[in-house]
Parts: sequence; C-alpha cells; structure tokens
Amino acid sequence: MDSLVSIFLNSVFVGNILLAYFLGMCSFLAVSKNLKTAAGLGLAVVFVLFITTPVNWLIYHFLLAPGALAWAGLPEADLQFLKLILFIAVIAGIVQIVEMVIDRYSQALYNALGVFLPLITVNCAILGASLFMVERRYTFGESIVYGIGSGVGWALAIISMAAIQQKLRYADVPEGLQGFGISIITTGLMAMAFMLFSGITL
Amino acid sequence: MKLTRTPSYKAISGALWDSNPISKQILGICSALAVTVQLKTALVMSLALIFVVAFSNLSISVLRNQIPRNIRIIVEVAVIATLVILADEFLKAFMYDVSKQLSVFVGLIITNCIVMGRAETFAMANPPGRSFVDGIANGIGYGSILMGVAFFRELLGSGKLFGFQVIPQSFYQSGYENMGLMVLAPGAFIMIGLFVWLEHTLLKD
Repeated sequence: MDSLVSIFLNSVFVGNILLAYFLGMCSFLAVSKNLKTAAGLGLAVVFVLFITTPVNWLIYHFLLAPGALAWAGLPEADLQFLKLILFIAVIAGIVQIVEMVIDRYSQALYNALGVFLPLITVNCAILGASLFMVERRYTFGESIVYGIGSGVGWALAIISMAAIQQKLRYADVPEGLQGFGISIITTGLMAMAFMLFSGITL
Repeated sequence: MKLTRTPSYKAISGALWDSNPISKQILGICSALAVTVQLKTALVMSLALIFVVAFSNLSISVLRNQIPRNIRIIVEVAVIATLVILADEFLKAFMYDVSKQLSVFVGLIITNCIVMGRAETFAMANPPGRSFVDGIANGIGYGSILMGVAFFRELLGSGKLFGFQVIPQSFYQSGYENMGLMVLAPGAFIMIGLFVWLEHTLLKD
C-alpha cells in the first residue's frame, strides 16, 4: 500500500512526466494559452493515461514479454521488439473508442473533451508512460496508479502554466524572447520549483 | 539555373535556418530536452532521428499515390514505427550503453511531431528524391539545436565535452565550480529558451 502512495506522489511531483522527463511538450506549449482549454486537455490526458497504461501492461505481459506466450504453447517466443508499434496502435485505438463511447453516453463530457481527444494520440506523454511502465517493471496495480499519477502531474503542470500565461500577457518581455522563448523559460522556472519536492520521501 | 534557386536548396536552407523545426516551429522538443545532458547521447539521438525522418519521408513519398487519404495517418504511423524499431534494435545491438542512457526516448521518436509533420506536409506532396533530401535537412536542423544545447549543458554542467575533461584542474583549484543546474531538467528549459532568444534576435536583422 505504501508503495502505491509513494508511486502516485512520485509521479505527480518529483518525477513529473512533463517537468522532469519533458514528455508532452508539444501540446503543452500549444494549448497552454487559455485556462479553460488547458483544463479540458489535462482532464482528457488523465482519462486516457488511466486506461492505456494498464491495457498496455496486459498486452506486454501476456503477449510480448519473453516467455509470455507460454499459455499458447510458445514459451521461447520473445516479441519485445514489437512493443513500440503495438503500444502506439493500442493508444490510437483506445483514444478512438473512448471518443465514441463518450459521444454516445455523455454529450456534456464529449463537448468538453471532444476536440482534444484526437490530439492525445500523438502526445508523447501517453506512449512515454507506457514505456516507462515497462522499463521500471511495475506490477499491474502499480501501473494503474502510475498512469493516473502521471496524468494528474501533467494536468497540474499545464493548468498552472495556463494561469501563468494569462498573467504574462501584461508583462513587458524583451522583444526576441516573446512567445515561445518566454514560455519555455517559465517552464524551466516551474521545473525548478517542482524539484523542491524531491527531498520528500514516503 | 543557379544553385540557390533549385527546390532542393530551398528545402535545405529552410529546414536549417528559416523554419528550423525546433526553434521556429516548436516541434519535437520533448526529446530535444531529455537527451542533451551529454554531447554523446545528443549525437546518437540526432543520427537516429535523421535516419528515421529521411527514410520515412522517402517511403511515404514513394507510396503517396497508393495511400488512400482517409487512412493516411495510420499508414504514416506504421511506416515511422517500423523505422524506429529498426533504429532502436540497431542501437541495442551495437551501442548498448548509449541505448540504456537514451532509455525510452528513441522509442518516442514515433510521436515526435517533426517526423509526422514532414511526412504529412512534405512527403505526401513531393517526389521521393526531394522528400529524402528534405528529411535529411530537417533531421540536421533538429540535430544542430540538440548539439548546441548539449554542448553548453555538458561544458557548463560537468566541464566535459564528449566525456573528455576540457576545463583544466587548475580552474577547480582556484575556486571554479560546475554549474549543477545545467545537468538537471530546469537547465534544459532555460538553455533552449536562451537559444530561441538568440536566434530570433539574429534573424531579425
């Protein structure tokens, strides 16, 4: 139990997938102009990570890992090299299914998330979380917690960035630094602030 | 026809300077930041990306008249993922320690917007030869920023270049210290921000 809590806190704060591992920067910089859309995209990322990370865990451990195909009578098969192509296909498929399900059952949620869902397929945070999950040898339970935790961490980063960007509009930024330059330096300062959490252990 | 008027020349100079994928179009920064603590990993990463983007451009351009428009994204992803697997397996076989340091970031070339973007905007509309050149040029444009950031991060952060000590021992004895910030994540963000600032200022004149 302790380890689940510590994986969650670690993936939200210390090992924040955006600020410590730089994943999902493209949509982070493109969408962080407006607080409302940033919150929508953040929510969608939490949702998709919560589903894709455990599903990819199952796929990896029952199809791809060395010896995983023993149940099919192929104990020597090692299909690890297929993990990249299978993971991205799973993510694209799940995003599509999630979009259709939400559209069918919750119109309000669809209106809030709809535009962002297709963008998420190419968000490297999603594929990155699945690959880290394999590399760090998480168990099934840990992979669920890790998926939610990194989603929450990503959402936290993009929402606070959007809030800062709205204030930045009134700031007097040097000319060459306007736009992309200042937003990435701001992200750097945020990353520095998040590093303060690294002393905390549970 | 002068050299500077050919379409290939325009494609190359555009990718390297006027519309550099990282500093102008803000594409593919994810990996650019993570692998730039050392020059060696940055170099390997750039080479892997050049390989993937050049050959994905080439193969998609060859197939461009056969790919149905509705499913082009999934075809592009399949081509790119196959090339990334080739690069990843190659690194694991021949440069195992570098591949361990790059960890998941080689795999993440699949979701690197540069590769996808070039396939979508350039290779779908241009003949194979020119697409291949465009891919190489964009890869080099990406690599040049990566190497620039890595140069300063490794020099200031650990006083080395390509793993060799360049800042002499006497400096340390007289009180010089490595800049710890550069090795950490915030250093990468700030370094790339300063690079963009420099480029915007230079390009304006």
